[in-house]
Amino acid sequence: MNATSAPPPNEALIRIRGLRTVLNGKTIFDGVDLDIPRGGVTAIMGPSGTGKTTLMRHITGQLPPDAGEIVVDGVDVVRASREQLFALREKIGYLFQNSALLTDFTVFENVAFPLRQQLRLPEELVRNIVLTKLQAVGLRGAAELMPSELSGGMMRRVALARAIVRDPMLIIYDEPFVGLDPIALNQILKLIRTLNQTLGITSILVAHELAAVRQVADRIHLVAAGKIAAAGAPEELSRGDSPWTRQFFAGEADGPVPFHYPAPDYAAELGLSGGGA
Amino acid sequence: MNAAHRAFAPLAAGLAQIGACGRFLLHVLGAVPRSLRYLRETVRQVFFVGAMSLVIIMTCGMFVGAVLGLQLYDVLSRFGSAAMSGTVVALALYRELGPVVTALLFAGRAGTSITAEVGLMRATDQLDAMEMMAVDPLAYVIAPRFLAGVIAMPLLACIFNALAILGAHLVAVSWLGLDNGTFWSNMTASVDLWTDVVNGVWKSVAFGAVVTLIATFQGYTTPPTSEGVAYATTRTVVFSSIVVLALDFVMTAFLM
Amino acid sequence: MAQRQSFQIGTGLFIVLGFAALTYLATQTTSIANYRQGPSYTLKARFTNIGQLKLRAPVKLAGVRVGTVSAIELEPDKLDALVTLTIDRRFDKIPDDSAAAVFTSGLLGDQYVALQPGGSTEPFKDGDEVVLTQSSMQLEELIGKYLVGQGDGGKNGEKPAPKPDGK
Repeated sequence: MNATSAPPPNEALIRIRGLRTVLNGKTIFDGVDLDIPRGGVTAIMGPSGTGKTTLMRHITGQLPPDAGEIVVDGVDVVRASREQLFALREKIGYLFQNSALLTDFTVFENVAFPLRQQLRLPEELVRNIVLTKLQAVGLRGAAELMPSELSGGMMRRVALARAIVRDPMLIIYDEPFVGLDPIALNQILKLIRTLNQTLGITSILVAHELAAVRQVADRIHLVAAGKIAAAGAPEELSRGDSPWTRQFFAGEADGPVPFHYPAPDYAAELGLSGGGA
Repeated sequence: MNAAHRAFAPLAAGLAQIGACGRFLLHVLGAVPRSLRYLRETVRQVFFVGAMSLVIIMTCGMFVGAVLGLQLYDVLSRFGSAAMSGTVVALALYRELGPVVTALLFAGRAGTSITAEVGLMRATDQLDAMEMMAVDPLAYVIAPRFLAGVIAMPLLACIFNALAILGAHLVAVSWLGLDNGTFWSNMTASVDLWTDVVNGVWKSVAFGAVVTLIATFQGYTTPPTSEGVAYATTRTVVFSSIVVLALDFVMTAFLM
Repeated sequence: MAQRQSFQIGTGLFIVLGFAALTYLATQTTSIANYRQGPSYTLKARFTNIGQLKLRAPVKLAGVRVGTVSAIELEPDKLDALVTLTIDRRFDKIPDDSAAAVFTSGLLGDQYVALQPGGSTEPFKDGDEVVLTQSSMQLEELIGKYLVGQGDGGKNGEKPAPKPDGK
């Protein structure tokens, strides 16, 4: 499952052009162009509800966009057949926001799941691979526990072990820091850094915790109002003068992302605008 | 115009739901061949939906049989035909009560647990996670449950019937004093293997398919919230009961 | 692994139990139960009218089931119903002058063949014919006779109709 042959190394791993998505009558993306190069950690940041997770679901082909082109490792995700998509997904590790461990399997079986379903490996080998990955996330001792016996941080580490069990070329971390205490958060950060540096896995990090992201990300793309509002290295971006970045990085309550949900005129709704209807 | 629109909206929503369920059935049937590689999962599900329902099925079977024995003995003795009690109990069970009551109990016991389980898998992204691990959740999660329902329901109905006959025998023979030989010989004289027993088995196969289809559909399409799962579970019981009874009428009309 | 094993055992037990129940229902409570016979021998009996007698109806002696009706044919030249009775081998001491009659269980119940033992010392052998037979009593005929003739005596050599007083 090593990175596959074809495209030249300098070409972007993921290429998105003119992405447009409308969900439940709400425009999520309107003309997103995005290139994610091989290697390194690319962070996708943005206010809650801007469709960062939706973007990831587009990349993995779980949700077809309304328009646009998405090419991942030479595969046209939008037009790919189910088999092609499955072949692509075998090379992608995905860490879900809420870990998504299978509740009726032990930690060991959860990590072994992708191996057992796709490949017919001897039990001995499965055992070795799974224990190696569990060791990497520091949970080899928890192999026989059920997911319900783990804390949130441990569950996320198990999910991470599961995501890397087949040595993917790309890992997508969907909000890996949400709801973690500082210790668990740093453990995850350390793992992301280690996986990226030692295994050379391309990583996409979807998050909105700036302090944490800054420690690992090589590039940041800021998604806002259905577009890529800004992109660049973390230092560049925090110095940048786009109103989006300024609001987001300074955490201002009001700005291009409005404090108020769209509403009719306040005075008019209270019936105070003298001139009548 | 607006009022008419509002009046028809639930109807349209209901039709859309039926259409979606039909499409889901096609997808599930399409996934059945692919699910054969997860045979072990199907075996596990037969255990959960079948073996775990045994206690309720056996207890209820016993009581339904006992009450049938009691009622029919009483009613039939008014016509001097108490000897036919066993026959009527057996016919009522094999043709109607066995498949239908088992299906209703199954919807309450196994259907709800399937909906809740699949709904929770949806709510906690487990189904998406499988998609991402290149495992088709329809083949791995849904089809094995569907198959398990189709396999388990007729077996449960047979067990229900056997226990009910036992219950009826207990009441009519041991308690009310009907002659043991009369009970059995009248039954064997008029119950036919094909038109009574086997047709009942067909019915319960169909009910097994319908109940598990509704249960998995409700779970699979549930909104990923805790209320979503709760409502879906309720809907499973309500829709299963209605569809089972309606289908029972249709199948009876065709099988007669 | 142990867990997985136990599921398989449980499922296996459940399926065995289910099929056992089905087999029980199919063989013990349906007419299949009447097919299942050990060694047996057959007798023939001619009736002028068998009424509602059906295939697989029981053959009883003194109220006890001793066999089944295994075939019903019409004899083309004599225009009689030729009924084949399959009798359980255990009952091999039925006198060969016994009579057969088509009776009804209860007022409206199913019909069956009743054997009334005679006094001969020779038992029936396989393929023998039961010479003394009594046809089915048709309720309509009885009522008709009662209304028209009242104690007129039977015309086809049958016993006078019992009083149709209900039971």
